[in-house]
Amino acid sequence: MLHIVNKSPFEKNSLETCLRLSSAGSSILLIEDGVYGALAGGEMAGTIRDALADRTVCVLGPDLLARGIDPGRLIDGVEIVDYAAFVKLAVEQPKVQSWL
Amino acid sequence: MSEEFTSGTVKKFLYVNRRAPHGSNYAQEGLEVALIGAAFEQDVAMAYLDDGVFQLKSGQDTGKIGTKNFSATYRALGDYDVKRVYVERESLERRGLSQEDLMPLVYKDEDDDWEEKPLIHVVSAEEMRRIIDESDVILNF
Amino acid sequence: MKLAVLVNEGPYTHQASDSAFHFTTAALEQGHEVIRVFFYHDGVNNGTRLTTPPQDDRHITDRWSDLARRHDLDLVVCVAAAQRRGVVDEDEQRRNGKDANNIAEGFRISGLGQLIEAGIQADRMVAFGD
Repeated sequence: MLHIVNKSPFEKNSLETCLRLSSAGSSILLIEDGVYGALAGGEMAGTIRDALADRTVCVLGPDLLARGIDPGRLIDGVEIVDYAAFVKLAVEQPKVQSWL
Repeated sequence: MSEEFTSGTVKKFLYVNRRAPHGSNYAQEGLEVALIGAAFEQDVAMAYLDDGVFQLKSGQDTGKIGTKNFSATYRALGDYDVKRVYVERESLERRGLSQEDLMPLVYKDEDDDWEEKPLIHVVSAEEMRRIIDESDVILNF
Repeated sequence: MKLAVLVNEGPYTHQASDSAFHFTTAALEQGHEVIRVFFYHDGVNNGTRLTTPPQDDRHITDRWSDLARRHDLDLVVCVAAAQRRGVVDEDEQRRNGKDANNIAEGFRISGLGQLIEAGIQADRMVAFGD
């Protein structure tokens, strides 16, 4: 499943809940304010590193760029994708859920 | 509705409700989607987690805030053939609630002499993960 | 592949409509069929032609109308959500005795059933919102 999270984990618990309820093999895509969750120095870093053991975590590049976050500031193992790759993720994974 | 396109296909729809009622209208409009969806003869289930569990709190009365009290509509879920309503136990516990705080929703089981049965199933995070994984179309409201 | 898109927020307050637009554009560029874009909640406000942003900003409504024209997209505004928020087409204007309508080109107003139908028909439904 592709899980899309669009909220900062410092404001809402969407990312936390998504990480709690997503299964091995799923992909998690952080978009909009969700990209703040991938900051290496952030509170969620430990939980995301744990998730990377059996899930992939991606951030939407255009949203990262808009927010002035250098790719070097992200948690190791988090992939940066563009809108074309966002579409590919949605197509490759059998289902999609947006944690609105 | 275009029957020729939809007839025969039955997908598992899961409506994931994570917001409290009244402060915003996502809960009300989300419930409307679920009820319409059930009329399409799809397999419809509801999931309540995080602040969404507050939607099912008993005794809601909007009389003094002047908004529509749609909480009574949840009682219609059973009539619309929605037989699976899941509430995550962890979400309840973190908010100091238990199943006794929730509306006693029921459905009439046509396979069991129309006996009234409880609609709400309190499930663990593990079970909720499985329920999400087994669904085809998942919409969060 | 058949995709459907759900937009739950209005323009200019949330990024949802922008994200949905970029996703839809990328999907079309890859040759996927976007069978419907459904606008719900405040998302119905994407469909008013009275939107007038400053000239140096993107025109979110026109952008959707334009995409619909070029790709024969089905942009559907939920009738119940639209009535609550004052998004009106000619039929709704007549039916409710209003003195005007404001639906933008390429959008149509229809029932929630269109969202469910899209969920049934599409291989994937991708939602954007708050």
